[in-house]
Amino acid sequence: MDPKNIIICRCSDVTLEDLLTLFKEGYTTFEELKRIKRVGMGPCQANTCGKMVQWEIAKYFNRPLEVVQFHNMRPFTMGVKLKSIKEQADEE
Amino acid sequence: MKSKADYVIIGGGISGCSIAYNLALQGAENIIVIEKSYITSGATGRCGAGVRQQWGTKMNCLLAKKSVEFFEKAQEILDYDGDIEFKQEGYLIIASDDQEAQQFKKNVALQNSLGIPSKVLTKEEALEIVPYLNPEQVHSATFCHTDGHLNPFTMTDAYYKAAKRLGVEFYLYTEVLDILTDGHKVTGVLTDKGEVKTANVINAAGGWAKEIGELAGVEIPVYSRNHEILVTEPVEKMQGPMVISFSHNIYCQQTPHGAFIMGRGDKDEPKSHTMRSTWQFLDKMSKTVCTLLPKIGELRVIRQWGGLYNMSPDHQPIIGGTKDLRGFYMACGFSGHGFMLAPMTGLLLSELILGKTPSMPMENLSLERFEGKDMEEVETSVV
Repeated sequence: MDPKNIIICRCSDVTLEDLLTLFKEGYTTFEELKRIKRVGMGPCQANTCGKMVQWEIAKYFNRPLEVVQFHNMRPFTMGVKLKSIKEQADEE
Repeated sequence: MKSKADYVIIGGGISGCSIAYNLALQGAENIIVIEKSYITSGATGRCGAGVRQQWGTKMNCLLAKKSVEFFEKAQEILDYDGDIEFKQEGYLIIASDDQEAQQFKKNVALQNSLGIPSKVLTKEEALEIVPYLNPEQVHSATFCHTDGHLNPFTMTDAYYKAAKRLGVEFYLYTEVLDILTDGHKVTGVLTDKGEVKTANVINAAGGWAKEIGELAGVEIPVYSRNHEILVTEPVEKMQGPMVISFSHNIYCQQTPHGAFIMGRGDKDEPKSHTMRSTWQFLDKMSKTVCTLLPKIGELRVIRQWGGLYNMSPDHQPIIGGTKDLRGFYMACGFSGHGFMLAPMTGLLLSELILGKTPSMPMENLSLERFEGKDMEEVETSVV
C-alpha cells in the first residue's frame, strides 16, 4: 500500500508518508514528530496511534522496539467538559 | 562534536534558534546551538502561542511591534515548507472595572504613540467581536487587530531549518555542564558530549538561564516558576481573537487548527523548575472560563501541562552582554512572552555581538539596568 494512503493518526490526519518524510529530515523521536505534525495530540491522545508511531520509528531507524521512547503521556486520558469540571469543583 | 566554534548558543527554543539564524544571516560563521533535549522542548513548546503588541511599557511595545512585522512575512523570509499558522484576529483585553479601564486607556495611548493600532472599545463593541462573553463581567475592553496567534513548534522549526541552511550546526540531546573562563573572558563550553573552545557564549536557556549564568559566574536576577495551561478538542471556528483578562487571570484563544488553548498564572506558585499540571489549576480554570466565556464550558479538555516563566524584576527581557565577562551574552527573563518577541531578540542580540549599531536602543534591556537604581518602568500587563 502507498504510504500516503496509510493513516497513522486519525485525529490529526497524519499518514505514514508524513512520518517517513520527517524521519528523512532528521526528526527521530516521538516528541519531535508530535510537535511538527500533531501526531498523537488529538482527542484520543495517542491511544490509537501511539504504538504504531513507536513501531515505525523502530523500523525506520532499525532499533529494537523496546528502546524507542514512547511519547510523554499527559493528563487527560479522555476528554472532559470544562463545565463538568466546574460543576464538580463547585460541589467540593 | 566540534572542538572549536566562534559562537555557542545554549538553548534550542525560539530565542536560541532566532539568534542563530540572525547571526548567520549577518555573515557570522562557525555557529553551534546546544540543546539538552529537542527543539522547543522547554518554554517555547509549552507557551500559549499568542502574539500581542498591547503592552504597558515602551520597550515591550516596540519589541512586540517589530516582531509582529517580521511574523507577517516570516513564512516567505524563512522560506519555510511547513505552515507557521499565523493568524491575526486580534487580542481582546477585557477591563473588569473603572480602575482597570483607566490603566488600559493609558496603555492604548502609549501603544498608539508607537504606531500600534490598538483602540479602546465599549462593552457593546467587545460583545460584537466575541458575542458569548458574559456581559456582566465586561466593563470595557481594548483591541488590537494585528495581534494574534502563531504555532510555536512550526515557527521555531522555520528558524531552525533556515539556520541550518545557513550553516548553523545543532547538537540536540546535549547538555552543558560548565562554561570555561580565563579571567574576564569566555574560553569554552564543557558538555556531556565533549568540550568546545569558543570566545562567545550566548545564554538562551529559558527556564535555566540563571543556572547557565552561574556556570559562568554571572549573576542574573531572574527566577523560574511553573505556569499551567490546557487545550481542548478542536472544534469549528467560533472565536477570532485571543481573550485576556488580568483580573480574572485568564487568556483563551482558538487556534487555526480549532483547539482552544487557555492558561492562567498563580501568584502563589513558588520559584522552581517543576513543570507540572495540577487539579487545582483545572478547577480554577474551569470556573474562570465558565464565568467569563460560558459557551466554552461545553468543550472537552484533552490535555494539560505546565511550563516555565523566566521572570525578571521588571517583567521585561534581559538582552545583551555583561561588562564582567567578555564574550558572555544572554537573552532571558522574558517573563512569559519570549516566544512573541523572538524576532527582535535574535536581531538585536546578533547586531550587538557583531559590533553593529542595534536596530533600536538596548540600554533598557541590559543586565546593568537593575544595578543600584529604581526601575524606570515595570510591566504589569502579564497574566
